[in-house]
Amino acid sequence: MELLNYEFGPWDVVAARKNTSAIIVGVVGSGNLEILLESAELGGRTKVCIETSVKGFSNTWEAVLRDFSDQQKFANTVITINDGGATPAVVQLRLMQAAQQWKERHEN
Amino acid sequence: MKIESVIGIRESTARERVLAILDSETFTEYLPPAARVFSPHLKSLGLPVSFDDGIVIGEGSIAGQKIFIAAQEPGFMGGAVGEVHGAKLTGLLERAALKKPAAVVLLFDTGGVRLHEANAGLIAISEIQRAMFNARKAGVPLIVVSAGANGVYGGIGIISRCCDYIVITEEGRLSVSGPEVIESQKGVEEFDARDRALVWRTMGGKHRYLIGEAQMFVNDSVEDVRNALVQYFNKPIPINIDSVMEEHQRLGERLSQYGKAEDALDIWRDMGITNPEDIPSLDFEAFMKIANQVRKNG
Amino acid sequence: MLLEEKIWDTLLRNKRSRLERASHITSSKIVHHDDVVRLFEAVIESGDKICVEGNNQKHADFLSEQLTLVDPKKINGLHIVQSNIALSTHLDIFEKGIAKKLDFCYSGEQGVRLGRLIKENIVEVGAIHTYLELYSRYFVDLTPRVSIIAAQSADKYGNVYTGFNTEDTPPIVEATAFKNGLVIVQVNELVDEVPRIDIPSDWISFVVKAPRTHYIEPIFTRDPALITEVQILMAMMVIKGIYEPYGINRLNHGIGFDTAAIELILPTYAESLGLRGKICEYMSVNPCPTLIPAIESGFIKNIHCAGSELGMEGYITARPDIFFNGPDGSMRSNRAFCQLAGHYADLFIGSTLQIDVEGNSSTATLNRIAGFGGAPNFGSDSRARRHSSKAWLMAGRESMRPEDATMPRGRKLVVQIVETFKEKMQPTFVERLDAWQLMDDFKLDLPPVMVYGDDITHLVTEEGIAHLHKCKNLLEREQAIRGVAGYTPVGLARNKNQVESLIARGIIQRPQELGVDPRMATRNLLAARSIKDLVNWSDGLYKPPKRFRNW
Repeated sequence: MELLNYEFGPWDVVAARKNTSAIIVGVVGSGNLEILLESAELGGRTKVCIETSVKGFSNTWEAVLRDFSDQQKFANTVITINDGGATPAVVQLRLMQAAQQWKERHEN
Repeated sequence: MKIESVIGIRESTARERVLAILDSETFTEYLPPAARVFSPHLKSLGLPVSFDDGIVIGEGSIAGQKIFIAAQEPGFMGGAVGEVHGAKLTGLLERAALKKPAAVVLLFDTGGVRLHEANAGLIAISEIQRAMFNARKAGVPLIVVSAGANGVYGGIGIISRCCDYIVITEEGRLSVSGPEVIESQKGVEEFDARDRALVWRTMGGKHRYLIGEAQMFVNDSVEDVRNALVQYFNKPIPINIDSVMEEHQRLGERLSQYGKAEDALDIWRDMGITNPEDIPSLDFEAFMKIANQVRKNG
Repeated sequence: MLLEEKIWDTLLRNKRSRLERASHITSSKIVHHDDVVRLFEAVIESGDKICVEGNNQKHADFLSEQLTLVDPKKINGLHIVQSNIALSTHLDIFEKGIAKKLDFCYSGEQGVRLGRLIKENIVEVGAIHTYLELYSRYFVDLTPRVSIIAAQSADKYGNVYTGFNTEDTPPIVEATAFKNGLVIVQVNELVDEVPRIDIPSDWISFVVKAPRTHYIEPIFTRDPALITEVQILMAMMVIKGIYEPYGINRLNHGIGFDTAAIELILPTYAESLGLRGKICEYMSVNPCPTLIPAIESGFIKNIHCAGSELGMEGYITARPDIFFNGPDGSMRSNRAFCQLAGHYADLFIGSTLQIDVEGNSSTATLNRIAGFGGAPNFGSDSRARRHSSKAWLMAGRESMRPEDATMPRGRKLVVQIVETFKEKMQPTFVERLDAWQLMDDFKLDLPPVMVYGDDITHLVTEEGIAHLHKCKNLLEREQAIRGVAGYTPVGLARNKNQVESLIARGIIQRPQELGVDPRMATRNLLAARSIKDLVNWSDGLYKPPKRFRNW
């Protein structure tokens, strides 16, 4: 197993969050992954922590996550991923689903 | 054919199943993913963990009645039971014995014990079994739903038959040994695991309903499953020496009547079904008409 | 000067002497299955060109087995000319010294073994062909002397019914029979009357009722339960970004889950775009069960098939307006004609294993000699085409031509659809194809390429569509490819400014430019989500093989 850690931002912190409960998307199967999003005091940063069964792709993960973070700018957010060898296509899909739920949960 | 957009069990994830079955906004998850209670064994095997160890447990309401619910995630390790997964189920059943909800709904979808956790998984099964019997003794009805693609196998298959009720769909299966295990132990002439029509005749929903292993047969729709579950709330089946002896008697009679059958088709024929080979292809209404007639007579 | 008397009917005389040698084995055309080895030793001669049918799905498996049993001291040095090397018996004859040379098209599962046998000089390959190339050479320099074929049934005269799985048989038997060759057929049953005559008895030398029905593999069935959201997203982009604007009405789908996803969202997504009656009405393709919803909802009007598919027989027979069914009611497939139709269609779309930065694509992997099958024939521009259609003219207008050229042309759309990574994080996009290594290892004349970069018009990945035919030159084409190659090393090496410019010019279209919402790409968009759904769509006419059942 490979453990990867990244930090992005800091981003501007938007209005105080209403609902700080965590959200989870995805299933840890072969070629799939689960993504947990939680709030934390990070001075506006996005922190990502990945545990993956496929080693040697930290560059790929960083590129995908950087693009995601630049686009979403989720301040004070911890993203934790358990990965079963998902391709970037699947990772991006789940990130998009997670982002949608996170925004619905927190920006209403 | 119209394109129906029916939300079913089989296609959904465990969490989706729970949220779909419960009344909206009533679900409280115990030990949710954020609690990070996961398997201590998988990392050393180079396998990723899941934050809920492949089972969602908690409480909620169905038709306004408070129930406890568990759903195995079929996509994580084939829904198989590991130490933590099993402990969550055990804990849920122990809590049910204390809190006495209207029912515990168990959405099983599993190959049985997680071989990766071998002994811990087997011990978990026995602990689940003990907690299950205690919940039944406390008068809480336990309802199993088998509607998933993995079926309900192994130790969980045994546990299911010790619960009060089983609700099953056409695609659902219920047994102990899986088809591949039977083939590898007994040979392909005895049981060809790739003959999936045979697999479903032997272990699938329609047969299980016809032969009385399952109390209810439903379409794979959340609506139909909810309606099936509700009728069993607060209706535990008493478990005492008399009811156990009755069940043994019934099983003995069933064995002497159908024990020589080579295939489910023989059993269905013996039950008085005129065209047993048509059973798998019958639609829901046609099947239920025949099945309920046969179950009434049997 | 006296010239030696030239004899002009050597083949006919030779055929007669072969038949003479067989006369003590049978007095009619019917040969018992126990006598086949003796028959082969009587009528086959060393060095003969032999076709042991060897189709994509149907195989003369019993006769192929019997051929491995002939005495290599009596029969050796055979030259095999057949489209598919699929069974182990197809290669056993080489290891036993019965056969030596091979001309073929596709070897799929036997690819690794074939590779090894070539390296060990046990098999000498003439050339690897596409289907139409090999069928053509049956009429040029690779005419079989003896063809060993498989069919459903025959009558006592030798009239043969090939039925649904007629496949490659017509060119094989025509070439053989009309060059005084011998045709030996294994059938599943002998009948009083065949449902229809697919091969007249005059063309048939011997009929053998095989002890077992010949095996047919269901290779065209894709379970909708396995289609992913990524594949659905790409399918939406294909329909919105290619089928709709070009008005693609005559096409071929290469077999795969990507194309199955397209077929299954026609009744839903394409319907919502108002495209019924405007796209996909005429298909040259095998009768894949995933086509059923599109047929039933009135999208597809006509399908000509290269082969058949197990379980579809009842459905096909009940839909004679759609399929090519004979007077008896059952279908006749024909790979040669289907390939021909597909070559001149408006569009081909299929997947592949590797693509390089020029757009060349290959399914070649190291140590495997697999061949091409029919894909290059579909996946190429049809430069001999003259009749126009909207799609052909539009793609032609959009295509870049050498600077001084004034003559306008049409162009076939050749689409490659791939995810940027395959399973186990293997990138699809590479700087250099494995095919080059294969060329070196096996001393091939050229790297085995399936679709050439010159022929491909559109490249579809989960990132978007690259219109390669609109690129001015190879440098632009390279950036267009890198621009949709996502996070692969090839993709990450893109020139960001050039890619931005290609997006602005519409040469790269991402979902947002196409008006495709990725959030809609869920399995709920599939008209059928399981094999059972397909059965329901067909009103129970489709009877899937047992391995696909879950009821």
